[in-house]
Amino acid sequence: MAARQGALTKDGANAAPPSLTEVRGQQPQAEALGLDRLIHERLRLGIVSALAVNGSLTFGDLKELLGATDGNLSAHARRLEDAGYVACDKSFEGRLPKTEYTLTELGRGELQNYLDHMEAIIQATRNA
Amino acid sequence: MNMPAKKLRDADGAPVALHDRAMDNLRYIRETMQRSASFTHVSGIGGVIMGLIALGAAWIAARSASPTIWVTIWLGAAVTSLTVATLLMARKSKAAGEGLLTGPGRKFAWNLIPPLAVGAVLTVVFVRGALVEQLPGAWLLLYGTGVVTGGSYSVRPVPLMGAAFMALGTAAFFTPPAWGNAFMAAGFGGLHILCGIVIWRKHGG
Repeated sequence: MAARQGALTKDGANAAPPSLTEVRGQQPQAEALGLDRLIHERLRLGIVSALAVNGSLTFGDLKELLGATDGNLSAHARRLEDAGYVACDKSFEGRLPKTEYTLTELGRGELQNYLDHMEAIIQATRNA
Repeated sequence: MNMPAKKLRDADGAPVALHDRAMDNLRYIRETMQRSASFTHVSGIGGVIMGLIALGAAWIAARSASPTIWVTIWLGAAVTSLTVATLLMARKSKAAGEGLLTGPGRKFAWNLIPPLAVGAVLTVVFVRGALVEQLPGAWLLLYGTGVVTGGSYSVRPVPLMGAAFMALGTAAFFTPPAWGNAFMAAGFGGLHILCGIVIWRKHGG
């Protein structure tokens, strides 16, 4: 595991072990690369990215923006909330419940880490 | 890019896939951010300000002595309004870390510009043909068209407002020409303020 990670970030092309080819294009890659799996998932990455630009977005905004279903979005938003990446504020607008999400400092930092990580991968493979 | 490196990566496979996936992830983040920004790039406060400018123009224009003065007043209001809107959008784009024409405002601007250009040409034609009284219908229709197409990715009230503009423009063509200024006030004033307040309350700013 550790060896795999080192091989990749240092010199991707020459030193990549064959085992990596096996997991190519699959989820285990996230772990192999030491990625933040919480953010790596597509919809969660979408939620965090959308919130990084807008101060706050409602559940409905996010649903429309990301083309997600109610159940899917609320499950993934909950995971991000549990991890402290996003904050959720429930209130009432008249009689309608309103759920508003904002990105926490932690979440913003983790997105930045993730971006740095992706850039590092691209750099590493480019220089190889 | 030198050939040997490429071959090596192709033979191995993995780094190419990694590189592509990383690129794909970055692209997804970028696209989501852009969409998220363009989703709320329209400013509710901006709409209200544009509406107030239009109401002021309608009030002055109603007292104008000649059709030429009437056209001039409304054109002045249009330029002022668009400048305010552009500045507000630029500020929001800047906050999102994007240039105005590469980021959020891009799609909206490119959809709005063609009908506005048509409006400018038709204004000259209508004025020369002594058809100034038909201008409100043409302006409302063309502006509405731009807002409907440009706002298709914005929050819902925006394209709806565009459709309302088109309806008003159509109505203006089939009602007494004397109502023209009132239609202008209702559209560029009323609809902007109404839509601005809705966006302000629902989506902030």
